[in-house]
Amino acid sequence: MTALEALDQAYEAVRQDPAFQEEVTYTLRQYVGRPTPLYLARRLSERLRGPRIYLKREDLCHTGAHKINNTVGQILLARRMGKRRVIAETGAGQHGVATATVAALLGLTCEVYMGTEDMRRQALNVVRMRLLGAKVTGVDSGSRTLKDAINEAMRDWVTNVETTHYVLGSVLGAHPYPRMVRDFQAIIGQEARRQILEAEARLPECLIACVGGGSNAMGLFHAFLDDPGVRMIGVEAGGLGIASGQHAARFAERTVGILHGTRSYVLQDADGQIRITHSISAGLDYSGVGPEHSYYHDQGRIEYTSVTDAEALEGFRLLCETEGIIPALEAAHAAAYLAKVAPQLGRRECMILNLSGRGDKDVEVAARALRVPMGEEA
Amino acid sequence: MSENRIDRAFARLKAQGRKGLIPFLAAGDPSLEVTEALVHEFEARGADVVEIGVPFSDPLADGVVNQRAYQRALAAGASLGRILGLVASIRKHSEIPLVLMSYVNPIHRFGLERFPAAAREAGVDGLILSDCPPEEIDGFLDVLGSAGVHPVLLVAPTSPARRITLISARSRGYIYYVSLRGVTGPRDQLPPDLTDGIRRIRALTERPLAVGFGISTPTQAAAVAELADAVVVGSAIVARVEASLGRPDLVTQAGDFVADLRTAVG
Repeated sequence: MTALEALDQAYEAVRQDPAFQEEVTYTLRQYVGRPTPLYLARRLSERLRGPRIYLKREDLCHTGAHKINNTVGQILLARRMGKRRVIAETGAGQHGVATATVAALLGLTCEVYMGTEDMRRQALNVVRMRLLGAKVTGVDSGSRTLKDAINEAMRDWVTNVETTHYVLGSVLGAHPYPRMVRDFQAIIGQEARRQILEAEARLPECLIACVGGGSNAMGLFHAFLDDPGVRMIGVEAGGLGIASGQHAARFAERTVGILHGTRSYVLQDADGQIRITHSISAGLDYSGVGPEHSYYHDQGRIEYTSVTDAEALEGFRLLCETEGIIPALEAAHAAAYLAKVAPQLGRRECMILNLSGRGDKDVEVAARALRVPMGEEA
Repeated sequence: MSENRIDRAFARLKAQGRKGLIPFLAAGDPSLEVTEALVHEFEARGADVVEIGVPFSDPLADGVVNQRAYQRALAAGASLGRILGLVASIRKHSEIPLVLMSYVNPIHRFGLERFPAAAREAGVDGLILSDCPPEEIDGFLDVLGSAGVHPVLLVAPTSPARRITLISARSRGYIYYVSLRGVTGPRDQLPPDLTDGIRRIRALTERPLAVGFGISTPTQAAAVAELADAVVVGSAIVARVEASLGRPDLVTQAGDFVADLRTAVG
């Protein structure tokens, strides 16, 4: 609690500090490669016989996903607070890689907690973190995925709180994390809003993003919340289907719970035990969801839906074949729902898909699921 | 004189010039029947209060020993509702003060409105929430206290003075001082700043002070008893239970350890 209060105060101070904001902006521009393009996907738009579809290319950020927007901000803040060590949890490995990257850039020690199930399915990212000098610690408890990694990172933090900053990777956890992470990710929507106005001279009809913890979605949506004409859709992991119980669709069940310091919709059983989730995508495989998402759900401002593993793989293939882009399996969920909703919109309308990450890390999983021959098998 | 059993126990300890011993166990590990037998055994071997851990799937304030115990208990079907039934069953034969230690979500799911009366009815004397600061759950703590169940709040070595004062004002029965920075689990040594930490809390509160986390041997318990009003021993007991799983003398094995702690605490 004391550490959260100290973090809150330090964060409030840097929010209003032009020198800090300049440091963040400079790093995002020169190191991360921002602004990322808002790319008009012509062949995808034609294939779906729908509106003009734009892709917000967060996959082109250094390290391959939007996660680094947040790690730049938090680790610059950690350095200001005099912390010499950073820790993180990671699911798909993208947040772990982004944390390890910025820790290396600033010369801080880094340890990343990752469920052993996720280490298996995202082995490439484990190697990347190690190459970047981070220690990757496997977590063998519970479902061996993201929520268990968060448990272990929190245990580390309470033990080493005086020297260590916990770089939480999504709009989750106790205050000030959900707001701080949202603020650092809000640049996605700020850029996209400016870029779409330049390209189309008007706002889009619809925004679509995948929702695990919810940082890429909140990052895109936030700048458009006050634009009533802009429909927003968050896509959760439907896993093997809602009826199977093997999914991570928190908004399909809407049960309020308290997990990891925040009150939100949480997948749980009748006794309040947290349920084990399932998704083909490690980054969406989490039992809770950012509290701001639950708030905007209840306000009716953001819609939430889900697609299954099988549909996500179709979305994955769609982006590969029409645009020459291999998306992360997380973003492929958003693409899969886009394919359902786009044909309902008019040709003159436009929409934005947040392409939150690239799919190099998922090539093995996708090859197996889509029966793509590996190496000499062909 | 309050009718809460915790207050009576601490008043008695003070009058006798003795220090309290508070063993902890994980409810339902390996079964609720064994937990009931253990509580009676601990009372017979000199425990003043017993803390009963409510199993949770994601016990992030606990180390691996308690995590494993909670997993065994959940696999065996433990739930908050059944644990309240266990307390009611213990109450048929015992007046030992019983404090539930729980993460907030099982209680939230059970119903924050429903829990205080149900706990009181069963015979629960106090509640510790491992993962919810008092300012987030003020109203519930008021209702809980009014129902006669003491909110026992946690203080950490990193808590500043104003927070200690707040916790002292909101806590009933005793304050639980977390001896170290970290999670539960046996440690080889007591933290070096323990004496200073306890002295700091003492200067700010009159309430009885129990110290726990990481206290695992009779020698350590004796050292802590010099400074505190009561000593909490948790994971070390849970580890004894784990080591005796499947053995017919599980209850006496754990009881022997509690008796050793009793002798050490005085």
